[in-house]
Amino acid sequence: MGTIILQASGLNIGNLFGSFPAGIAQGIIWGIMALGLYITFRLLDFADLTVDGTFSTGGAVTVMLLLAGWNPWLAMLVAVGAGLISGCITGLLHTRLGIPAILSGILTQLSLYSINLAIMDMKANTAVSASKTTLAITSRSIPSAILTGVIIAAVLIAAMYWYFGTEQGSAIRATGSNPEMSKAQGIDINRMKVLGLALSNGLVALSGGIMAQFQGFADVGMGRGAIVIGLAAVIIGEVLGDALLAKKLNFAGRLAFVVIGGIVYYLVIVIVLWMKLNPNLLKLFTSIIVAVFLAVPYLRAESKASFKKAGRNAVRRQKEADHD
Amino acid sequence: MTDMLVLKNIHKTFNPGTINEKKALINLNLVMEEGDFLTVIGGNGAGKSTMLNAVAGVWPVDEGSITIAGTDVTGLPDYKRASLIGRVFQDPMTGTAASMQLEENLALASRRGKKRGLAWQISKEEREHYREELKTLDLGLEDRLTAKVGLLSGGQRQAVTLLMASLQKPKLLLLDEHTAALDPKTAKKVLDLTEKIVSRNNLTAMMVTHNMRDAIAYGNRLIMMYEGQIIFDIRGEEKKNLTVEELLRKFEDVSGEEFADEKSLLSK
Repeated sequence: MGTIILQASGLNIGNLFGSFPAGIAQGIIWGIMALGLYITFRLLDFADLTVDGTFSTGGAVTVMLLLAGWNPWLAMLVAVGAGLISGCITGLLHTRLGIPAILSGILTQLSLYSINLAIMDMKANTAVSASKTTLAITSRSIPSAILTGVIIAAVLIAAMYWYFGTEQGSAIRATGSNPEMSKAQGIDINRMKVLGLALSNGLVALSGGIMAQFQGFADVGMGRGAIVIGLAAVIIGEVLGDALLAKKLNFAGRLAFVVIGGIVYYLVIVIVLWMKLNPNLLKLFTSIIVAVFLAVPYLRAESKASFKKAGRNAVRRQKEADHD
Repeated sequence: MTDMLVLKNIHKTFNPGTINEKKALINLNLVMEEGDFLTVIGGNGAGKSTMLNAVAGVWPVDEGSITIAGTDVTGLPDYKRASLIGRVFQDPMTGTAASMQLEENLALASRRGKKRGLAWQISKEEREHYREELKTLDLGLEDRLTAKVGLLSGGQRQAVTLLMASLQKPKLLLLDEHTAALDPKTAKKVLDLTEKIVSRNNLTAMMVTHNMRDAIAYGNRLIMMYEGQIIFDIRGEEKKNLTVEELLRKFEDVSGEEFADEKSLLSK
């Protein structure tokens, strides 16, 4: 997951802070990925597993076009197109062929594994060198990478704020919020689901293209677990946003916190790696983080009202009554 | 007078060919004139909600045709009929999007059946218009335009759904036991509001209800359904003078059944 991070060895505070900037840059890229995931996970209420494949697709397409001499921005634009198509396919599998949401995503994701290999001439890994190619973003210059990442994230947040405030965007949100009501208002919910999935995967592919340039290679497995990392960013961002600004956030503010969530997530990764956690255990660690964050709201509600508690209360009342 | 709704020889069977086969609508015919406020009663499984869902386009009918204000909608799914129809559901949660703001919900409704493009979802004039409309509900909602609808009570949400159904004047308003989930006091308020909105906008409305007294008190026409057919159709003065007892007797006459078991369902 990036050679820079692996250099943070030795429990030396200097080393830790030294690797923070690179961690921030990677965090922003995952944050951009999480913006895409936010569309399906929060707005459409659709757990879309396509993204693991699309992230790699974005990387593969971008790197291959860069090697063919393309301008990096144009290459990323094509990557977005590839992501849009992938999302459409998941959407069509679900809405036109009646395949359950999660399975639709898994099918597209798995097929993308082969397609991504095919894009990279059947190689699992393709490098792109910053010294031979013009890149939009590279780990060789961390400050400018952070700046570029922040600018891209800001533009995307502005675009999403606008789009989801339009008639069409609000129809997508309505579809996720209440499909029955949406149909009654004349919204074609199947079309909106396909549209939302396409936009989401377009953004994910874009972030894959950015990540491939940053790390200097595209790998067929670079998207593995992307959905969990994206969820981590979304959830951490929401928790932080609510804690710091007490739910006064508007939509753009919430999106900004999703990107911040990506940064925080990645800095945590930097810290655990600095503490000599074996990098192979990272996916386990990430899953545990997400599971804990998803479980907290549920457990909190449980602690207020649960059968166990009701049972205990009943026993206590009975004892009190017996005493009287 | 124009015919606002024409149901011609409608048949609908659920789970055909299985042990659960249910002939829900059998050769159903109904004509509603412009301005009709029709109340529909009948026991469980009589076909009231099935008829309403057939009109709304929740699923296709097996046979027959459905025409709304001169447009044959038999082959159109619900979202394509939505430009003609306003709907209020039994469950107050169904008619509004809980995670969206009150004004966003109203804006969605005022674009019912229109193309949704890349224009901003609400204009300033619309917001003012919504504020005025909400004032007429007399629930204090005009000051809560940006509140999430999920924060409103069931009664408030039904009132908002009613307003949404009428913002963009529908050819037909479908009310599916829309007060059944509310407490009696709130139910009364929502029913009175229903009458107000229907008469103010001169709407044509179909209201399914379990409550015989409501069915008699509201609207200008009443039909009773039994086993997928209309067994009783009464309007005007005759309807006004109707009593619950008379209605129950009619039910016995036509169905040839004791109403002992149905009586509990057709609550007075």
